[in-house]
Amino acid sequence: MADKISDETMEHVTKAKNKISDETIEYVGILAKLELSETEKQNAKADMEKMLDYIDTLNELDTSRVEPMSHVFPVNNVFREDVVTNENHMEETLANAPLRGGDSFKVPKTIG
Amino acid sequence: MAKQYDTVIGLEVHIELATKTKIFCGCSTEFGGAPNTHTCPVCTGMPGSLPVLNKQVVDYALAIGLATHCHITQVCKFDRKNYFYPDNPQNYQISQLYLPIARDGWVEIETGSGKKKVRIHEMHMEEDAGKLVHDEWDDTSLVDYNRSGVPLVEIVSEPDMRSAEEVIAYLEKLRHIVQYLGASDCKLQEGSMRADVNLSVREVGSDTFGTRTEMKNLNSFKAITHAIEGERKRQIELIEEGKKVVQETRRWDDNKESSHAMRSKEDAKDYRYFPEPDLVPIVIDDEWIARIKNQEPEFRTEKLERYKKEYDISQVDAEILTESKKMAELFEATAALCKKPKKAANWLMVETMRLLKDNAMEPQDLRFSPENLASLIDLADAKTINSSVAKEVFEQIFLHDVDPKAYVKDHGLMTVNDEDALRQTLTEVIAANPQAVADYRGGKEKALGALVGQTMKAMKGKANPGRVNELLREML
Ligand SMILES: [Zn+2]
Repeated sequence: MADKISDETMEHVTKAKNKISDETIEYVGILAKLELSETEKQNAKADMEKMLDYIDTLNELDTSRVEPMSHVFPVNNVFREDVVTNENHMEETLANAPLRGGDSFKVPKTIG
Repeated sequence: MAKQYDTVIGLEVHIELATKTKIFCGCSTEFGGAPNTHTCPVCTGMPGSLPVLNKQVVDYALAIGLATHCHITQVCKFDRKNYFYPDNPQNYQISQLYLPIARDGWVEIETGSGKKKVRIHEMHMEEDAGKLVHDEWDDTSLVDYNRSGVPLVEIVSEPDMRSAEEVIAYLEKLRHIVQYLGASDCKLQEGSMRADVNLSVREVGSDTFGTRTEMKNLNSFKAITHAIEGERKRQIELIEEGKKVVQETRRWDDNKESSHAMRSKEDAKDYRYFPEPDLVPIVIDDEWIARIKNQEPEFRTEKLERYKKEYDISQVDAEILTESKKMAELFEATAALCKKPKKAANWLMVETMRLLKDNAMEPQDLRFSPENLASLIDLADAKTINSSVAKEVFEQIFLHDVDPKAYVKDHGLMTVNDEDALRQTLTEVIAANPQAVADYRGGKEKALGALVGQTMKAMKGKANPGRVNELLREML
């Protein structure tokens, strides 16, 4: 993330209808396990406010007679049979590991 | 007078389903494979991979939902539960929040204080996470994704339980139902059944709930009982000291027999659920429900009653025989073949249980056929073999499912009914043991036993001990 407040942010701050509080940015940071600098927080706040404003345009439509959609396609009941089709793909899987320890992914210590 | 408190307990039970493959991919669910050998792009959360639902998972979940008297959600779907933790490679778990497959059920439990219904709030389908092994030396964790994507159901009860005894009875009830359905082996120690305990206390007579805590990491009935007693005590002490119980997740340590609060950051319970866009809705029509209902087995509670009536077996014995579906099936099939239910029950309750224990096996691991046990019972009944030979042959049936008729013949184990041979051996034994003979004649009844033993040994165990006894008395 950029370390200075962008022009877009400066321009946006005055216009946003939705406001994200400092507490909210802090909390979202904790949930996403991100540590943000003060500048990054300001930029992220502006981005989120813009997103919320954009989503607000949907509220301009009358959807009172539209049934809520649970999926994009009018399809249901797509299943697989319970049959093993995958063989041992350990090497392919571990090729994606940023760090490998033996035949496992290696990650910074996490308390379970 | 000291205040009296009630304990209020609700349970979240996770059960691993006995499917051959994972919930959303064709990877094997087999236990104990080398790390990451049962993985693919779907169950390791690689970008662009798409989950496809295993139909057997829905069949099992439906069966459990119906058996626990739940209302089935006929249009149900999956949601994403978002959290960051290395055991979860997608950064979300596919679960069900808004439309879980089953709701509003109950099971009946029985404890020392009688029968009681425990209500089920809801049951949903979801995927299991990977396994983390912490390396103490270099401050890292190793992740194995073999369990990632293994299908689970989570059964959430209402806060209807009031003691550890009721909790154990509830878990046993669920275990019997699910095992009889063949939907899981429900082994607490191996983690195929896991229980989180939500517990609060309140003064007797109060009708509002106290603040509850959630306890995790309980992997035996003993740990559950200790954790419940410990947490009840801890909460009462806080209240008596005028302090507040904090709503938090606590981790039970069975070695220390105490719990500690998990760090609050890990405990941030804001999962930002939203509908899973990669999976289509599941529509369960009446026919599907009827099909699952028709396949329902006779459950343990019903079997218990029937055994007592049909076979004239005691409550305690019927409980042992129905403890696992496998044992109950063996019993019924054997009894039908040999027409001697009491004898079939006896072999299963005594010798089978002993051998299971000696071999560190569980009833569901039994592999012998009812035909061979029935045939052994017939051989023993016809006195073709004596009881100690029968035990020896049974061990072979238990271990290798041998045909007892062939085994007895091949190893020459038939009881020798040849009177001449027996008399010959007895004459020799009497001649060789003058002291025992003198003792018996002098009135020591016990000495006869020693002589019978010597004779059985000389006949390699194949004589009929009753007949040896009779003949000895006659000859002395
Ligand atoms: Zn997979």
